[in-house]
Amino acid sequence: MALKRKSLRRRILTVDLPMLAVLVFTLGPYLWMFLTSITPENRLFTEGPSIAGATLENYTRLFRTVGFADNLLDSFIVASGTVVVGLSLSVTAAYSFSRFSFRGRRALMMQFLLINMFPLVLLILPLFVLMRVLGLLDSHLALIIANSTIAIPFSVWMMTSYMNGIPRSLDEAAMTDGCTRLGAMRRVVLPLCLPGIIATGIYIFITAWNEYLYALTLGGRNVRTITVAVQTLIGEYEVQWGLLTAGGIVGAMPATVLFLLVQKRLISGLTQGAVKG
Amino acid sequence: MSATDPSQYDVPERPVRRSLARQVLPYAMLSPAVLVTLAIVFLPMIQTAWMSLHEYVLFRPKEFDFIGLENFRAVLGDEVFWISLRHTLIWIGITVPAQLLLGLVTALLLNQSFPWRPLARALIIIPWALPSVVIALMWAWIYDSNYGVMNDFLLRLGLIQRSMPWLADPDTALGAIMLTLTWQGFPFFAVMILAGLQAIPKSYYEAASIDGASTWRQFRHITLPGISGVLVTAVLLRVIWVANSFDVIFVMTGGGPGYATYTLPLYAFIKARTNLDFGYGSALAVTFTILLMIIVVIYLRRTGKALR
Repeated sequence: MALKRKSLRRRILTVDLPMLAVLVFTLGPYLWMFLTSITPENRLFTEGPSIAGATLENYTRLFRTVGFADNLLDSFIVASGTVVVGLSLSVTAAYSFSRFSFRGRRALMMQFLLINMFPLVLLILPLFVLMRVLGLLDSHLALIIANSTIAIPFSVWMMTSYMNGIPRSLDEAAMTDGCTRLGAMRRVVLPLCLPGIIATGIYIFITAWNEYLYALTLGGRNVRTITVAVQTLIGEYEVQWGLLTAGGIVGAMPATVLFLLVQKRLISGLTQGAVKG
Repeated sequence: MSATDPSQYDVPERPVRRSLARQVLPYAMLSPAVLVTLAIVFLPMIQTAWMSLHEYVLFRPKEFDFIGLENFRAVLGDEVFWISLRHTLIWIGITVPAQLLLGLVTALLLNQSFPWRPLARALIIIPWALPSVVIALMWAWIYDSNYGVMNDFLLRLGLIQRSMPWLADPDTALGAIMLTLTWQGFPFFAVMILAGLQAIPKSYYEAASIDGASTWRQFRHITLPGISGVLVTAVLLRVIWVANSFDVIFVMTGGGPGYATYTLPLYAFIKARTNLDFGYGSALAVTFTILLMIIVVIYLRRTGKALR
């Protein structure tokens, strides 16, 4: 008994307390932002952020006067559009990588990996010129195309790894029963890796939702996503920290909630390749 | 990624037409993704390279004069380029190891058993999910020279004598941003390393403790070799990512004060965005990409081996 108590104290000292310290560091800034956002503006600079007298005034102002709802809608359209483009283009590609052996397979796979490593700054200049020529500047489509440069290669890799987890014998069984290749993919493989497809889609959504530099450069006036809108609060309203932090909380909310929902499956997919490699 | 053995797909003799279709099918299924990436990634990239060989300022669109490598010569003689390069190296050299160390400690803690482990594991990832803009603004508020909690905190601990303008002081601005990026990036390391740790068989540790190996020796001879593969991959990925990312800097300081927080991609972006000098901006972007490719090639080689 004495031994057990000693080991419990030891555990608290060596595991629980350090873990708590790391968590305070991790969550502290976020909680501080939240606390700031619910503090009335006039009290913020005299007494500092506090829970006493909490108010939602900053949030209502955000939607009433700044028009945050439109920005949320813009972000939603861009992110959903990117998910549709990213997933639909990569499903067949991933199936091909996962199921066939053909000349150039490795080179093509490496090509998709390489794209994800290119600096964004290398693409942002020509994409701006391209969108200007096509007259697409400041449209949802421009942002969807720009975000797809990241989403397509990522989604090809993730889905290939999920499909590799589904036994090939199932395809063959379906084809013996008279399915074509595409039929086997549609009826057997896709339903089985639906959780993986959903996780990939959600990750694309989060990345596109959080994206800032493309949104700033290719959009900005008519199409102003939430990240750009939050940033412009600084200029228009000389450092109103209450409003700004409320904007930060609202802007981060969808991505954070989605991430927490699918984190387990997502992380297993993201780390699989790395652990085996 | 398991290696594919061609013999697996071999089916007994079939009519020729069928086998031709079988040969074309993989490429046909790949073509949508490949064609679109060609159009929206590779063509624009070539265009950047092409622009970098021209004098091209956006508000003078008529003048698109070929000047060869003149832009690149200007880059090498540009003092701001060398300042930015130095900052990029410091930026990577400090941020990535800091993320790695903090991530390693977190992963080791999360690998122990304690009652609230699932909760801790879920919460630790939050910085990863936040938009960079929100992260940048959140930390700008923390660093604020008048009302920031950072000054308040350090004053109370007696570590500083008076309030510091963290982001407005050239001596502290880069350091302050690096702390922010460490905060943003360490959960990635923690999650990757944790996955590596869980792949090490428990029996190794049991055998070692029967032989009387100390905790440190177990860490040194079992844990570290066990996660070395993950560590190298994670570090390479992170170096590439940290080198590329400049949105946090752009929002927090915009490169200032002066040139105190310029990094290479940021410099290229500002040249094009503020000065509309797309020719010179492209040359900077291309130079940066060539430097970065050294690390990318190392990473691709590792992954390529795993694919074989």
